[in-house]
Amino acid sequence: MNALLGLLLKETRHILRDRRTLAVLILLPIVQVILFGYSIRTDVKDVRLAVVDPAPDATTLAIRDRFNASGTFKTVAVLRSEAELDALFQRDAAQVAIEFAPRFADRIAHGEPAQILVITDATEPNSGTGRLNYVNAVVQGYLADSPMSGMSSVVPTSPTSRGRIRIESRVRARFNPTLESANLFVPGLMAFVLTIVSALMTALSLTREKETGTMEALLVSPLRPAQIIVGKVAPYVVIGFISVAAVLIEARLVFHVPIEGSLPLLLGEGLLYILVALSIGILISARTSSQRVAMLAAILATMLPTLLLSGFIFPIESMPEALQVVSNIMPARWFVLIARGIMLKGIGIAYLWRETLILGAMALVLLVVSTRSFHVRLD
Amino acid sequence: MSELAIEAKDLTRTFGAFTAVDHITFDVKPGEVFGFLGANGAGKTTAIRILTGLLRPSSGSAKVAGFDVATQSESIKQVIGYMSQRFSLYDDLTVRENIQLYGGIYDIPRDELRDRIERLLDRLALSKAADDAVRSLPLGWKQKLAFSVALLHNPKVVFLDEPTGGVDPIVRRQFWEMIYDAAHAGTTVLVTTHYMDEAEYCNRITIMVAGKIAAYGTPADLKRDAGVKSVDDLFVRLARSAA
Repeated sequence: MNALLGLLLKETRHILRDRRTLAVLILLPIVQVILFGYSIRTDVKDVRLAVVDPAPDATTLAIRDRFNASGTFKTVAVLRSEAELDALFQRDAAQVAIEFAPRFADRIAHGEPAQILVITDATEPNSGTGRLNYVNAVVQGYLADSPMSGMSSVVPTSPTSRGRIRIESRVRARFNPTLESANLFVPGLMAFVLTIVSALMTALSLTREKETGTMEALLVSPLRPAQIIVGKVAPYVVIGFISVAAVLIEARLVFHVPIEGSLPLLLGEGLLYILVALSIGILISARTSSQRVAMLAAILATMLPTLLLSGFIFPIESMPEALQVVSNIMPARWFVLIARGIMLKGIGIAYLWRETLILGAMALVLLVVSTRSFHVRLD
Repeated sequence: MSELAIEAKDLTRTFGAFTAVDHITFDVKPGEVFGFLGANGAGKTTAIRILTGLLRPSSGSAKVAGFDVATQSESIKQVIGYMSQRFSLYDDLTVRENIQLYGGIYDIPRDELRDRIERLLDRLALSKAADDAVRSLPLGWKQKLAFSVALLHNPKVVFLDEPTGGVDPIVRRQFWEMIYDAAHAGTTVLVTTHYMDEAEYCNRITIMVAGKIAAYGTPADLKRDAGVKSVDDLFVRLARSAA
């Protein structure tokens, strides 16, 4: 007991005295939230809108006002004809354009279909589709407030084509009604930060002792492998917890990300995921003897898959089938599912027991395998 | 417990096709200062790692303080001290914190540990530097501190792997005085070195050449039998004949 306390104290001192690493560990989650929050946005804001209105009338003006008042769109140009549109798109001056049919109000008055053509820059398909949905929502909103027969908004079937198909859709975004991308990335970001803190830092701190030679002194001492491992990794569990708390608090304050479900359950699942990541870190350090190799291995084995295959940024459903299968063995995938469930849907263990069980089984297997692979002998 | 502190019989260790330690047989009596001499790569460190339980022997057997290295390494660990070739203290911890850490690892009772730390700091004249980071100490002091820490739990046998590598002659001298003090206090010392003059300080020595023991006995006997003036001459002769 004495020995374990001593080891914990020692590791805590290592962490606190290595100011630079400590600063990185503390700043990492905070900076990540800001970075992901502001740079990787899939929600639509300040869209540059071009309007083609060959013959303005009361209705088209009302609809244009509606766009300007939406807060989502910023009208950059009002044109008489479609001819100048291409130039605007090419210069990236406009991201989306709406084109009113001529005699717009007149057609409505006569019961003819009045059409609005929506054109979007689909260089980035996701944002393109997102903008289409927003345009549609504004037009639908106008229709709902001043119901008129014969008018429908027109949205192309694919963002690149300009098909004219009448649709009348009603969208209701459940669990994330404002379609905030922050809500989506925060759970994934927690997994990412925990992976760095737990897997990478554990692997580094264990291989550092191998590099400096102090590991030998620990191995010839009467310490048991379990004591060495617990003494080395327990402080990182604490740091992991602090990081999760930092991400949650910051996401709440800056991006107003909700936690609909139970916070204790979320933290408990976080602990489970920390155990998984720590075990991977121990496993990596058991197979490597230098910090450099350990770092590369950790990045390849944990960070990249967490970023790419967990559904954190790229939806699992849109991956090739082979990768979807691979994503099943990514612990982060299950943690992201659980965290999203708790934070956004407010569901509890009754719905999440399967994911929790999978994560728990992974933690158990990895813990056993990693502690076994940590030998007291050098060979 | 057997009479001998260390007893090795045909101890062998191979790494793939390479035989690092090749059927070495020797024994060390309690309280003896036993020198393990040899060039770099002669197998000294591998032999020590087998005796401390860090490596398993490929064949042969060895006992340390009466315990078998292959099957009773956990018992061996309780009664040995080890100072590896590489610095075994933590640079970012203070002198006192390092000693406290090892005191805790070897389960020395709190009050007892406090006494031992004060005595140790006193003996090394490190009391003033007790709360300085080990990083800031000169190499010689670091080595002396590492040795003292290896002796902190009063081990029966202490293994020193090239403890005087890179330190100045004065510190080497002081280091050997510490080795003698430990031997007088009843600790068996097995020390490796490639400084042949240090061999003269040992009660008995072995000279390892390419994993084998090429000479084994007291420095005086070995020099007389070979008809040479110094252990250095003997070593050069043995190393040449092997090459």
